[in-house]
Amino acid sequence: MSTLHSKAAQRFLETNKNARWHDDTFWVLRAKRDVMAHELDEWERLRDVACAIKRHTVTHLDRYLEQFVGNAERNGIHVHWAKDAEEFNQTVLSMLRKQGVKKMVKSKSMLTEECGMNPYLESHGIDVVETDLGERILQLMHKRPCHIVVPAVHITQEEVGHLFEEKLGSEKGNYDPTYLTYQARLSLRDEFMTAGAGMTGANFGVAETGDVVVCTNEGNADMSTSMPKLQIVAMGLEKIVPDYKSLAVFQRLLCRAATGQPTTSFTSHFRKARPGAEMHIILVDNGRTDIIGEPEHWETLKCIRCGSCMNTCPVYRRSGGYSYTYFIPGPIGINLGMLKDKVRYADNVSACTLCCSCDNVCPVKVNLSEQIYCWRQGLDSIGKADLVKKSMSLGMKYLFNHPQMYDTALKFAPITNHLPHVLMYNKLNGWGYGHEMPVFKKQPFHEIARNILKDEDKKGNI
Amino acid sequence: MKIGLFIPCYVDALYPEVGVAAYKLLKHLQLDVTYPMNQTCCGQPMANAGFEREAVSLAGRYEDMFQTFDYVVAPSASCTAFVRFNYPRLMKGKQRCEAAEKTMDICEFLHDVLRVTSLPGKFPHKVSLHNSCHGVRELGLSSPSECNMPKFNKIKDLLSLVEGITVVEPERVDECCGFGGMFSIEEPAVSTRMGTDKLERHIDTGAEFITGPDSSCLMHLEGVARRLKKDIKFIHVVQILAAGL
Repeated sequence: MSTLHSKAAQRFLETNKNARWHDDTFWVLRAKRDVMAHELDEWERLRDVACAIKRHTVTHLDRYLEQFVGNAERNGIHVHWAKDAEEFNQTVLSMLRKQGVKKMVKSKSMLTEECGMNPYLESHGIDVVETDLGERILQLMHKRPCHIVVPAVHITQEEVGHLFEEKLGSEKGNYDPTYLTYQARLSLRDEFMTAGAGMTGANFGVAETGDVVVCTNEGNADMSTSMPKLQIVAMGLEKIVPDYKSLAVFQRLLCRAATGQPTTSFTSHFRKARPGAEMHIILVDNGRTDIIGEPEHWETLKCIRCGSCMNTCPVYRRSGGYSYTYFIPGPIGINLGMLKDKVRYADNVSACTLCCSCDNVCPVKVNLSEQIYCWRQGLDSIGKADLVKKSMSLGMKYLFNHPQMYDTALKFAPITNHLPHVLMYNKLNGWGYGHEMPVFKKQPFHEIARNILKDEDKKGNI
Repeated sequence: MKIGLFIPCYVDALYPEVGVAAYKLLKHLQLDVTYPMNQTCCGQPMANAGFEREAVSLAGRYEDMFQTFDYVVAPSASCTAFVRFNYPRLMKGKQRCEAAEKTMDICEFLHDVLRVTSLPGKFPHKVSLHNSCHGVRELGLSSPSECNMPKFNKIKDLLSLVEGITVVEPERVDECCGFGGMFSIEEPAVSTRMGTDKLERHIDTGAEFITGPDSSCLMHLEGVARRLKKDIKFIHVVQILAAGL
């Protein structure tokens, strides 16, 4: 009984000397988030309001999208629609080709990750340069993000040092973070100056004004859009909020939940192209409108990608981002993966104890654990149920529906206390991996109760 | 007040002393306690594993067995939460779930309904309180550490009524211990690491006992402790509350 996640998690724990550090690091983020949450008297109310705004917006998406697009176009922005990843990638490529762009700088966008944009553009001869430091490190290492907010947190400064020696020609043996950051800055400066296009993601799109709002800690979104003449925004349909008033609610929640800062260092609002430049927004569906039609799962669309569910998840912290088969890990990733392709990503559903901590930290109150519970109920119907679990469940059902047999089973259960060690502690019994077996009592409560009842009968108490 | 005592399957088989303590304590509090002999399991093990349909017939039996009581009381926060919150959804359109709705964990029953202000026993020991997830985040036995709300802990309040006791809590006060039902056998490496971490934090408090409202978490932690040869002891909250009876 094991899933791809459980196998990868075991490898992570048994071979990675930084496993404990990984847990501690993400716990620090959770603790910093707690400080922020407890400092604001209105924190829980903000979550309620944020949840209500998102529910409203997601269920009135047509109206707000039209308003957003109308305002953006009035501001001179070119708006494009992409129904899926392929159409999105093609739109970007044709835009770049039209302008003869050979190199594009981009700030962090999980949507482009979702669409596989970088490899697509690279295969068509476009040089794509990530400008978020973490993303840049991963790009140079040919690795994928392990977290949606701090994507390269699992890479040590020594590893970054070696990488920069090789790729950027930094000093040998100098692993000082300030020095390494400076080296990255020097190299990126050059990329910003020579790129023909700049792309950002979008944290929010404000329907009332047509603004795109991007939150970063490094200012790289501003650099990516200040130099090149072509600015492209990749934006999922669900990023729309109605107005500035509602934006303020999310602005207060996002970074507090994500990293425990009151706000990101940079919150950039883009309303129109710079003089002499062009600005394009590509609105991407890629399955989002299908999710609206999922009665048990549509609320995943409320997610603002803060990553706090990962930071609090005791399983994520102890298994790492790469143990999940979907590119977004943790509780929200389990759910988004299932919505993307429930057969392909079913192995992540085991990565949850149903502790419900993610539900409590989520700033927009996505019912993450309840949804994971629901996905588990559907595994059997798609042929993804574990056969051992299935037969155990059927066996239990039979036993528990037949009280006399249950009674007999209880009587004989203590025999297992004396089974040879090898029968109880082997690969078939996951419990034996790190536990000793519990001891069945000679007299179960049923029997004790029967005796109590007999005694009370004699005394005439009943 | 007519009380139906619900003793979940694994408590029945592995921790009958917890059932005995619950029974004695409720009797001591002058309640009319009945233990229906036909009871078995609430169905949570199957449901959390993805087979909640196998729990439907158990939900039906539960209603038949317990519907005539004023309250159904169980010494298990997790099973209580499953019955109270999942049965009504499982049985929607099939059967009413009166029994499920009046099912309470024994700690919340003592604290919220009976509002006990004194207990007879002594327990002159230092105990580390294990705040189990479903007790905290589903039943509200204590304020979840994630939430901005006034701090409270109903179990601590109850334990403080016992003479001589010192109650402490581990760091990361309500982080999951990693049991999770079949999670512990499907994800053994993560489950064991979580259990080990939790155990160490409990031990670091210097307590002699780990106590909690869920024998399932305690069973998991005890299994890890025995494997690692740690000599901390385990006791269910209700056994402490019933000390001396």
